[in-house]
Amino acid sequence: MTGLFSTSLLIEISYYVAAFLFIMGLKRMSSPVTAASGIKWAGLGMVVATAITFLYPDMHNYALMTAAIFVGGVLAWWTGKRVAMTDMPQMIALYNGMGGGAAAAISAVELLSGRELGPVVSTLAVLGGLIGSVSFSGSMVAFAKLQGLLRKDVRFKGQNIVNIAILAAAAVLGVMQIAANGSTDSITLMFALALVLGITMTLPIGGADMPVVISLYNALTGLAVAFEGFVLDNAAMIIAGTVVGSAGTLLTQLMAKAMNRSLANVLFSGFGDSSGGSQEVTGAMKAIDANDVGIMMAFAEKVLIVPGYGMAVAQAQHKVWELTQLLQDRGVTVKFAIHPVAGRMPGHMNVLLAEAGVPYDIIYDQDEINPEFDTADVALVIGANDVVNPVARTDSTSPIYGMPILNADKAKNCIVIKRGQGAGFSGIQNALFFLDNTRMLYGDGQAAVSELIQAIKSL
Amino acid sequence: MIELSGFAALYIFMLAAFTGYEVIAKVPAILHTPLMSGSNFVHGIVVVGAMVALGHADTTAGYIIGFLGVLLGAGNAVGGYVVTERMLEMFKTSGEKKS
Repeated sequence: MTGLFSTSLLIEISYYVAAFLFIMGLKRMSSPVTAASGIKWAGLGMVVATAITFLYPDMHNYALMTAAIFVGGVLAWWTGKRVAMTDMPQMIALYNGMGGGAAAAISAVELLSGRELGPVVSTLAVLGGLIGSVSFSGSMVAFAKLQGLLRKDVRFKGQNIVNIAILAAAAVLGVMQIAANGSTDSITLMFALALVLGITMTLPIGGADMPVVISLYNALTGLAVAFEGFVLDNAAMIIAGTVVGSAGTLLTQLMAKAMNRSLANVLFSGFGDSSGGSQEVTGAMKAIDANDVGIMMAFAEKVLIVPGYGMAVAQAQHKVWELTQLLQDRGVTVKFAIHPVAGRMPGHMNVLLAEAGVPYDIIYDQDEINPEFDTADVALVIGANDVVNPVARTDSTSPIYGMPILNADKAKNCIVIKRGQGAGFSGIQNALFFLDNTRMLYGDGQAAVSELIQAIKSL
Repeated sequence: MIELSGFAALYIFMLAAFTGYEVIAKVPAILHTPLMSGSNFVHGIVVVGAMVALGHADTTAGYIIGFLGVLLGAGNAVGGYVVTERMLEMFKTSGEKKS
């Protein structure tokens, strides 16, 4: 008895320590100075909790357990090390979906075991199982879409009604399960319905909105993990899951707000469905060549660079950093202006710039940098479009009306590096390109920036 | 194992929810992606629950589902850790930037 008691105590202490390390880790991850150490704290917590679980009383199947950890861990390690920074959003979706699937698996094992769980525990098991399943299949669809495996946004009339019907059917089966232990068939059907719901919910959502959805599924997985933690009397799961559930909900709201969308709007309507007629923009785009831009920037006092996802697609971020260093050496103040939704998810552009070696203390959020455009000599827009479109301020009929934008148009000179003359991601004509103080530098992002570097070097 | 019955569990739930909210509330936008990835890693703790579920399973279906659960949970934890660490390692100030 003494032996068993001390093992239990050791496990509880370890979970307690793990929960502490998770919260401290997340706290440290919320500041750029301490962030890198934060993930290590949380990682240590995970190792402690996982290792101690092998000592859990009355367990068997250790070989299966070890094999599963090994296979899952090695595959994830291998893919995680190899993934390009531009593909980060879909990898997060993939790993998140796996967590949701694991929560659903716990629920399935508990419900299928036929043990008497009692009404409260079986309610939580069912809820966690349903949420985990939706998160699993939904995240997989999000992954497939962002990875380019699945290109179409499938939409049909009455889609929301179909989704509600599936949800209702799954809920009925869930309630039946809670009332009295159901058959294997009804439990299987319940999980199948939840998996289908995740797919049908996510299919109509466009790629641009996907980050918000991934964040939502992240929060949902956290919640599912917390519920399964209640089922298993596991405090570490309850605390970690709940913390992620609420933190993820907040992050989702912040992201949706940054995109000027409500969460309901993202989930229940496709972007572009309501696009009105794109208004005519008068004037002409005026081209400029790289040498003139080089001179303009080299003799400027302050240059603000506005990067968009197009820059990352062209793999131009390393060249942009080289250009920045060249300008800094000439005494030019260079700052990066980041729109909240630059890249494929909020903060993604910061990661891409960081990868190229750009220090984060010259990278500024929209609110910090916007007043500075008034005093900037040059605003260099590269691969960004809608986030610098002034119609968002002025034209109430535009689909992007009301979205906060970067004030690139307020700079003395605005240079836009762009491949061709087409409209932006949302298909909206950009009034910025037609302004008197805007010049267009046509070309591939990487090639154009290389030309700028040459132009400045030859001065 | 300790029993987390009734209101004790509800109190944990409430306090943890506020903790999560407060920890994230003041985070700058530049960290949104790594933080989402980091919180994604933290719910990888589900692997522990999957281990317990598999450890107590007695049927073939239980073995299979439990095995998949542990595999997926381990993927969540390890993958989440690797990508978060890779992203956060890159954040440097002008003073400590790579040459």
